[in-house]
Amino acid sequence: MATKTGVEVSIAIADAVKLANADVVAAYPITPQTHIVEHLAELVANGELDAEYIPVESEHSAMSACLGASATGARVFTATAGQGLELMHEVLYVAASMQLPIVMTVANRALSAPLSVWGDHSDVMAVRDTGWVQMFVENGQEAVDNTICAFRIAEDRRVLLPVMVHVDGFYLTHVIEPLTLPEQAEVDKFLPPNDYPLPLWPDKPVAMGDFAPPVIYSEAKKAQEVNLRKAKQPILECWEEFGKQFGRYYHPVESYKTEGAKVLLFTMGSFSETAMTAVDKMRGEGKEIGLVRLRLWRPFPFAELRQAVKNADVLIILDRALSYGGPGGPVASEVKAALYGEAKRPKVVSFIAGLGGRDITVSGFEQIVSRGIELAQKGSEEEYEMFGVRE
Amino acid sequence: METYTVYAPKLVTRKEYFAPGHRACIGCAEALALRLACKAIGPNAIIVNATGCMEIVSSQLPYTTWRLPWIHTLFENTAAVASGVDAALKAMVRKGRREDKGVKVVAVGGDGATADIGLQALSGAMERGHNFLYICLDNEAYMNTGIQRSSSTPFGASTTTSPAGKVSIGQVTWKKNMPAICAAHNIPYVATACPSYPFDLIAKVSKAVSIKGPAYVHILSVCPTGWRSAPDISVRLGRLAVETGIFPLYEIENGQYKLSRDTIKRRPVQDYLKLQGRFRHLSAELIAQIQERVDREYTQLQEKARGHQG
Ligand SMILES: Cc1ncc(C[n+]2csc(CCOP(=O)(O)OP(=O)(O)O)c2C)c(N)n1
Ligand code: SF4
Ligand SMILES: [Mg+2]
Repeated sequence: MATKTGVEVSIAIADAVKLANADVVAAYPITPQTHIVEHLAELVANGELDAEYIPVESEHSAMSACLGASATGARVFTATAGQGLELMHEVLYVAASMQLPIVMTVANRALSAPLSVWGDHSDVMAVRDTGWVQMFVENGQEAVDNTICAFRIAEDRRVLLPVMVHVDGFYLTHVIEPLTLPEQAEVDKFLPPNDYPLPLWPDKPVAMGDFAPPVIYSEAKKAQEVNLRKAKQPILECWEEFGKQFGRYYHPVESYKTEGAKVLLFTMGSFSETAMTAVDKMRGEGKEIGLVRLRLWRPFPFAELRQAVKNADVLIILDRALSYGGPGGPVASEVKAALYGEAKRPKVVSFIAGLGGRDITVSGFEQIVSRGIELAQKGSEEEYEMFGVRE
Repeated sequence: METYTVYAPKLVTRKEYFAPGHRACIGCAEALALRLACKAIGPNAIIVNATGCMEIVSSQLPYTTWRLPWIHTLFENTAAVASGVDAALKAMVRKGRREDKGVKVVAVGGDGATADIGLQALSGAMERGHNFLYICLDNEAYMNTGIQRSSSTPFGASTTTSPAGKVSIGQVTWKKNMPAICAAHNIPYVATACPSYPFDLIAKVSKAVSIKGPAYVHILSVCPTGWRSAPDISVRLGRLAVETGIFPLYEIENGQYKLSRDTIKRRPVQDYLKLQGRFRHLSAELIAQIQERVDREYTQLQEKARGHQG
């Protein structure tokens, strides 16, 4: 039986990659992701993971090497953060449109300038439309479980898409948490070997990455979009199977104490745990507050979201990224768009906070909730409000 | 090499792995170079191609010129993609998921993809010692996007971003020495070649692809469209590049320079320059400057080769 031990989340993610028996790891160091790839290098150096470790000279090359390795049929992993994800940007689109099932942990980090190694979701939002399956996790256990799930989802014949697991930098990557690493035999049972349908191999030459004239480009893009949307079903099945086997269940949108709540907080990533504590406290004080957390970011879970918030009057969304000159927090604007056509919909209030590693405490969440209710009642001229900023 | 030449045509496979029916311009020596190189590479290989003329002319959905497994992703990352293919083959052969049949990994890029935007990725892949061959098809400019200068464009050449004009001589910098840059990575094999010398090219690519570790072959490829030369003299122009000493053919094996053909009596550079519209504007003075530079560099190369003999 797998037992609970205290371990740094980055180390546990690397151990999950080992359990998944990855063939190729190509990575470049960047805080706060570095511990993951350092530990993977160590596992390979000690012969505990039989993989090729490519210590590439940049993140652009890290993702490019992943393309080559994945197209050859290998199980491929990389990890990055912030600037590294940005340097990969161009390559990310190729991974998705060429249907290469690469798994990547993103240790979410703010973007320069000014330089900040600390966490927020600016990097996530900048790669929103790259065509990857993307999910958020809230704690170390979820990071481990979803790293394993990510391989199964990515390599599923019905999906064949790269998957990003967003793990908050420092708040998750650098903390020691009690968590369970599944047994190897259990993982082997859950995760079949990668069997990429048409790999690069001389016995059966394939041409990958041809250029497309206008008569065919739109069709290629439409097929890609349909494929990503359809990936939701295999994702749900994967989580269901994981739950049955390991006893931990995951859902695209998760609700916490939402029964009878007219006011809902809405978060993603590690802040959700603090938000839960805040909800507990407010519930204890008799306030009817609940929490909705977004796990699956792409494909966006429209139906689940609408279902989760349908009885609320106020939905207070906390984004950890700015859309400069735009309509408010990026997640808030997507949620607004998803609810626009609903006959009955909550009033959505967009807050931006937690930028560049700034913490939000339990009392911070309480303030956000009361301010959110106030704004919902009296209305606001502004698209969003930034919480906890000195003006 | 010379001694083989008589028999070589019979030894070269008739099989085409870079098949006819592609869209290259008439007289394109990049296509010729690639066709010959593929004969040397053979069927047991995976090709990684950079964005550029050869990628565009050989692939347009739903067609392909390639009879080898082939992947194109981006412009500047070809050596990195090849690194991934190499690593995947190693891991999967070791783990018993692929047959160990010595599949070759060959990356192909233009001079822009190689000497400019992809130089870092290439340097990284060579330094890490991947088992792959990198072929640079050097037509001395970004041709695919309309003849813009690269760091491989020769001094004095007029391109669309280094145009000759009333106060400009065209390209003001001298051609970047890519073979020397690769040799400085201490890789086992570096060579220059030109499809005007097909058997020399085939022999070098064959050797390069059989060597363990990184190998680099730099192929001068005449581009009539970009050089503003007649399409029927591409092979002749390639020969003139070699005979004038502008593009000497040599190998650097484990650091040892070896000239493939020592041109004792070189032709004047003017014989080569005058056939190309891109040099049409050059004054006698500038041509003399080019001659002087070519003489000096050629002598230096001879000395390096001689030094290694002694
Ligand atoms: C990142 C990026 N920048 C620019 C381009 C545009 N581009 C495509 S091919 C090319 C030039 C290719 O030149 P070279 O590598 O010399 O190959 P050639 O076409 O001459 O064979 C350029 C600039 C691109 N595709 N990607
Ligand atoms: S532009 Fe030059 S290199 Fe490109 S296909 Fe035409 S002749 Fe060949
Ligand atoms: Mg070129």
